[in-house]
Amino acid sequence: MIYFDKVSKIYNGDSVALEDITFQVSPGEFLSIVGHSGAGKTTLLKMLIVEDKPTEGKVFFESLDIHSIPKSKLPKYRRKLGTVFQDFKLLPHKTAFENIAFAMEANGRSDAEIAENVPQALELVDLGTKMWNFPHELSGGEKQRVAIARAIVNQPDLIIADEPTGNLDPIATYEVVQILKKINDLGTTVIMTTHNKGVIDALGRRVITMDDGKIIRDDAEGKYVL
Amino acid sequence: MTKSGFVGFWRNAFVSLAAIFVMTVTLSVIGIALLLNQLLHTSLDQIRSKVDINVYFVTTAQEADILGLKSSLEALPDVAQVTYLSRDAALDEFKKHHENDQLTLQALDELGDNPLGASLAIRAKETSQYEGIQAFLKEKQSLEDPAKPFIRETNFYKNKDAIDKLTRIINGVEKFTIVTLAVLIISSVLITFNTIRLAIFTAREEITVMRLVGASNSFIRGPFILQGVMYGLIAGVITLVLFYPLTIWLGNMTESFFQLNVFHYYINNFSSMFAKIVGTGVVLGAVSSLFAITRYLKA
Repeated sequence: MIYFDKVSKIYNGDSVALEDITFQVSPGEFLSIVGHSGAGKTTLLKMLIVEDKPTEGKVFFESLDIHSIPKSKLPKYRRKLGTVFQDFKLLPHKTAFENIAFAMEANGRSDAEIAENVPQALELVDLGTKMWNFPHELSGGEKQRVAIARAIVNQPDLIIADEPTGNLDPIATYEVVQILKKINDLGTTVIMTTHNKGVIDALGRRVITMDDGKIIRDDAEGKYVL
Repeated sequence: MTKSGFVGFWRNAFVSLAAIFVMTVTLSVIGIALLLNQLLHTSLDQIRSKVDINVYFVTTAQEADILGLKSSLEALPDVAQVTYLSRDAALDEFKKHHENDQLTLQALDELGDNPLGASLAIRAKETSQYEGIQAFLKEKQSLEDPAKPFIRETNFYKNKDAIDKLTRIINGVEKFTIVTLAVLIISSVLITFNTIRLAIFTAREEITVMRLVGASNSFIRGPFILQGVMYGLIAGVITLVLFYPLTIWLGNMTESFFQLNVFHYYINNFSSMFAKIVGTGVVLGAVSSLFAITRYLKA
């Protein structure tokens, strides 16, 4: 489904963020990418959502070279992805419902679909009762679950989660990971970066370990080894 | 999309207010420019129409000869109009002018004969063309038989200084207004542009999220452009409303000074003023928004 082909990214001529990265992700996989800060995890995800272009190499989504997509077609590609960030990126002046509805409006969905799908998505992340709360009225874990609901509401093929538990306490972390696992069980591919050892060891799924812009391990049932 | 444009407008009420205020100032400057331009043109036209060359003929000049000269003058490309005043008409005018002056009228009666010669009043299309017409008349005069004079005098040299001065003033005023207006309009446009950019800057977070969830560029742009158009529309209407008392206030003053009442002009040309001011506002708002938003859509 996703194929990184000898991808390198060099900033300002000499700062190497990624070096000769090659790996593949199959549909339905739950892949964790671990590594210290600055190992290149976020840069790698940026390549995937085409926020940044590789200096060398190519990234394929199915058979599509995603960095050759013309700018006007980029939104269409991004709609196949759901993204979750450490800082949630919720809009503060919109309720949980509106934040999710907003993502559907952007995809051109009808009001009827929005009225039906948004509560379903919130139900899936166990936030059915907090639909009309604003982000500042929610805890960190709840905010992140709203963000996940927003990411899945358009039924993307792939969920990209960049440090989704980075700002959360252990219980909220556990809940968020359980939800991501549930989404993965429903058939959506998930790629997550983290440096939380507990999360990785509890998941028991594929782990890619990065260091200094390189892949140093790729284990099918990985543990956090660094 | 339309809805989010309106919602964005209300949620950023303060920034919207600032943008509308700045645009109102811009549009007022443009509106004042339009009115000022009209005033200048009207008064310049009036002054121009008062400038002419008068050719006075000797009393013995034959009417046929005068009319011959008239038609040859009319054939000149620079000449706009030639008016013939016959001896009798000149006398009538003289009498009318002095109808309360019995002494002059009595003196005129005692003369018995009409002492006034016929004359031609020549008006050029442009004030700069009088010189050429004068040269033409000069040539005619030099070809005359000295024993049988025809043209008594032309008053061009009396008018020449005034004409030259006026030509210079007209050119100067036009240049000055163009430069002043250009500077004012450019600075107002830049301020408007910056204010709208500020309005959009407050929404940059929203734009980032929109891009992440795969909103197309036109979907993101739409509400902001609508917002810009609304700023322009509202500012345009406010400007037009403000101009109503302003022109009433200035009406009498301009009437006595420029012979044009701006209030009457404003009311009579309201539809064209409306189109110009509101149109400028809408275009300015839309273009400013488009430029400002494009900065955030670059990836």
